[in-house]
Amino acid sequence: MNSSYARRRRVNALMLALTALCAAVSASVLLGILGYIAWRGASSLSWAFLTRLPAPVGETGGGIANAIVGSAKVVGTAALLGIPVGVASGLYLAEYGRRGRFGFLVRYAADVMNGVPSIVIGLFAYALVVMPMKRFSALSGSVALALIMIPVVLRSTEDFVGQVPGTIREAALALGVPRWKAVAFVVLPTARRGILTASLLALSRAAGETAPLIFTSFGSPYWDQGLLNPIATLPQTLYNYAISPYEDWHRQAWAAALVLMLFVLAVNASARLWLRPPQGSSS
Amino acid sequence: MNPIMNQDPAAPSSTPAPAPPPRAAAKPVALSVRDLRAGYAGGAAVLKGVSLDISERRVTAIIGPSGCGKSTLIRCLNRLHEALPGAFCDGQIMLGGRSVLDWDPVLLRREVGMVFQRPNPFPTMNIFDNVAAGLTLNGERDRAKIAERVESSLRRAALWDEVKDKLKSPGTGLSGGQQQRLCIARALAVEPRVLLMDEPCSALDPVATARIEELLLEIKETLTVVIVTHNMQQAARVSEYTAFMLSGELVEFGPTQGLFTKPADKRTEDYVTGRFG
Amino acid sequence: MGCAAPVIPPPTGRGRARVPGPRERAGDAFFRRALAVAASLILLVALALAWQLASASRQTWTSLGPAFLWRTGWNPVDDSFGALPFLYGTAVTSALAMLIALPLGVGSAIFLTELAPRRAAQALSFAVELLAAVPSVILGLMGVFLLVPAVRAVEPPLSRALGFLPLFRGAPYGVGLLSAGLILAVMILPYITAISREVLLTVPRPLKEGMHALGATRWEVVRGVCLPYARTGIAGAAFLALGRALGETMAVTMVIGNAPTISASLFSPAYTMSAVIANELAEAAGDAHLSALIAVGLTLFALTVVINGLARLLIYRLENRS
Repeated sequence: MNSSYARRRRVNALMLALTALCAAVSASVLLGILGYIAWRGASSLSWAFLTRLPAPVGETGGGIANAIVGSAKVVGTAALLGIPVGVASGLYLAEYGRRGRFGFLVRYAADVMNGVPSIVIGLFAYALVVMPMKRFSALSGSVALALIMIPVVLRSTEDFVGQVPGTIREAALALGVPRWKAVAFVVLPTARRGILTASLLALSRAAGETAPLIFTSFGSPYWDQGLLNPIATLPQTLYNYAISPYEDWHRQAWAAALVLMLFVLAVNASARLWLRPPQGSSS
Repeated sequence: MNPIMNQDPAAPSSTPAPAPPPRAAAKPVALSVRDLRAGYAGGAAVLKGVSLDISERRVTAIIGPSGCGKSTLIRCLNRLHEALPGAFCDGQIMLGGRSVLDWDPVLLRREVGMVFQRPNPFPTMNIFDNVAAGLTLNGERDRAKIAERVESSLRRAALWDEVKDKLKSPGTGLSGGQQQRLCIARALAVEPRVLLMDEPCSALDPVATARIEELLLEIKETLTVVIVTHNMQQAARVSEYTAFMLSGELVEFGPTQGLFTKPADKRTEDYVTGRFG
Repeated sequence: MGCAAPVIPPPTGRGRARVPGPRERAGDAFFRRALAVAASLILLVALALAWQLASASRQTWTSLGPAFLWRTGWNPVDDSFGALPFLYGTAVTSALAMLIALPLGVGSAIFLTELAPRRAAQALSFAVELLAAVPSVILGLMGVFLLVPAVRAVEPPLSRALGFLPLFRGAPYGVGLLSAGLILAVMILPYITAISREVLLTVPRPLKEGMHALGATRWEVVRGVCLPYARTGIAGAAFLALGRALGETMAVTMVIGNAPTISASLFSPAYTMSAVIANELAEAAGDAHLSALIAVGLTLFALTVVINGLARLLIYRLENRS
């Protein structure tokens, strides 16, 4: 009895220590990545790097200003295309499509699309936009990123609108407000915090996507030349530099990684911190 | 200002009332309900043929054990009941000589306002915007008129003095009783003819309850109030007429004092004397 | 709808007829339809995606048929296409990643829910969520310059110790299945941890307390109550993570070596479905090449839909239970 209990105690301690080790490994991977990127990136980061165009192949120096602007354009356009569609469809599901076949199908399609690899989404944007237009373009990249954002925004909007208490909806209806106004001007604003957070998270994910951009927005060493031309983006420039044979480009890849990571993590972290609701706001 | 207000209230209804009311009220009738049946998705009827006349500018209380259909009844009066998916409602409700089922529900609800069980100010709006919501959401642009209506509604709801200095702060920051009076002000701002109150004090403490009862006595000067309550003392304090409901049927309806002191029905007597169950 | 006759209101027997106010009713209907149009967009996109990929890869399917999936040669120059090396690479790297990340992730989740003080658990969970947000191209960069040299250094001793298994034989390239599997493990670890943690948090307290009251140790409670209760949810998490691993592109592309070969050794360079699309699509040599690449994409799409379908099924079932 006693020895068996001691053995159980030992198993307990061992297994719990193992789980702690797992958590430590997971956490240290993150810290390791952050620290290493900061260390390698910071030494190459400079004002010139952020404000200059890339140097011609073979020359050292140059910057990624066009890629930063390009990423902002491609991701911004994607947000303009994707977020309204995601919010509107999520609102539909929460307000009119809770039951019924159409609602189920839309929900299922969103879940499927959410699981589709981003490279396949890129392939779709390629077949949909690049092939008919016979050219790589910023627009096709934005379409791909928008398709990545829509399911995320859609499902979160549905969740957050669904959490708005029915009494808020009824209070608006009882004032003699038409249903669409009650939904658009009372229910939707009540859920706006969650929706905004989800949109920011989707945006930060889209900003880091590389795979679907390789054969849509394609990349470019120049300043942006409009939505219908190829455009440089930050993740893809980073990718090109990383797999290149040039030492100087590797250095720039680390700096670009630091810029990209700072942006993505800042948006992501602030969205998550902001989402935590103030006490007592939900009932 | 509202097109509905200009309609002749004496216009003959298209159908004669199917049955005389159980006990005709002395005052002019604001709402007349005949043979009302209603229920929810996939369920049996919760209201099994209710008929009663609600007097103008009086407080009518509806009492009864929970589940008797009293909330469903008043939610039929402003057709909020049918906003629930699958809910059904049949029978006749006349407002100003016209069947409420002939109204556009949206316009009807501007005539028949409602206050709910739990205070539900709009969480994204400040106090002013909450009271103004019924006006602004319906397209009123005249700022002076809105401000004037907000003030008068808050005064009628006995809340003006407490909030006049913080109209721009969120409505959800008020105490429970204040929030409920804010909701009353919000309903009054639309200038309804009838105000429905669904257990408006059940979430409030006794002091807040007393304030709401006081203000009821004032607002009934200008409008008809129907109040659902599980609290018989409250019914006795605030109402002129009381209806007692049981299992979806109207058991007894009449002047409050009579109903509490000389109930005609045995079941009413059992309920008001606490012997129910 | 071209009816010119005046609209006669229906008889108002028993007051049932509704004469809607024209403005409100029209607004409601318009609003609902506009939202429905937006909602149907995602449905259309999902269908259009499958259809587009199918039609753009028709050439491959008609010339090779399903044999495309088990042919081994991939040589765009002489129009020889077989997807097996990519399927193999995807399968092996994903399996390796699951093997590493599943125990680590579930272990971390147990630590976070059952052992760690609340504050620490919150901070760690937050860190895990941030790890999920690190763009995969950044992990790939780390892979190229940090992981690959490390793996290259580890491979010879590993080979000496475990070389009796074909898995650990071969020249130490660094790039290859092992590196790709490791980096995929890092990518899916946060998903498994986060979802497992959510599932473990739903284990009812009385169940755990009941077991504690019987004198069980903490670990025995975890093993006897928490894990069995959370099994379905953890399986769902695993499938979701597997779906991600199968389709993950950038980090893998950068460290797998990109060689369409099939080798039993984890050390040898290989190729995955997503990597070949990423590398070759923009410079596809011709229609046949393009079609074959899109056929690979269609296969990957079908695979992830099935895996995610299973995951959803498990998770829907879980939601119905609670």
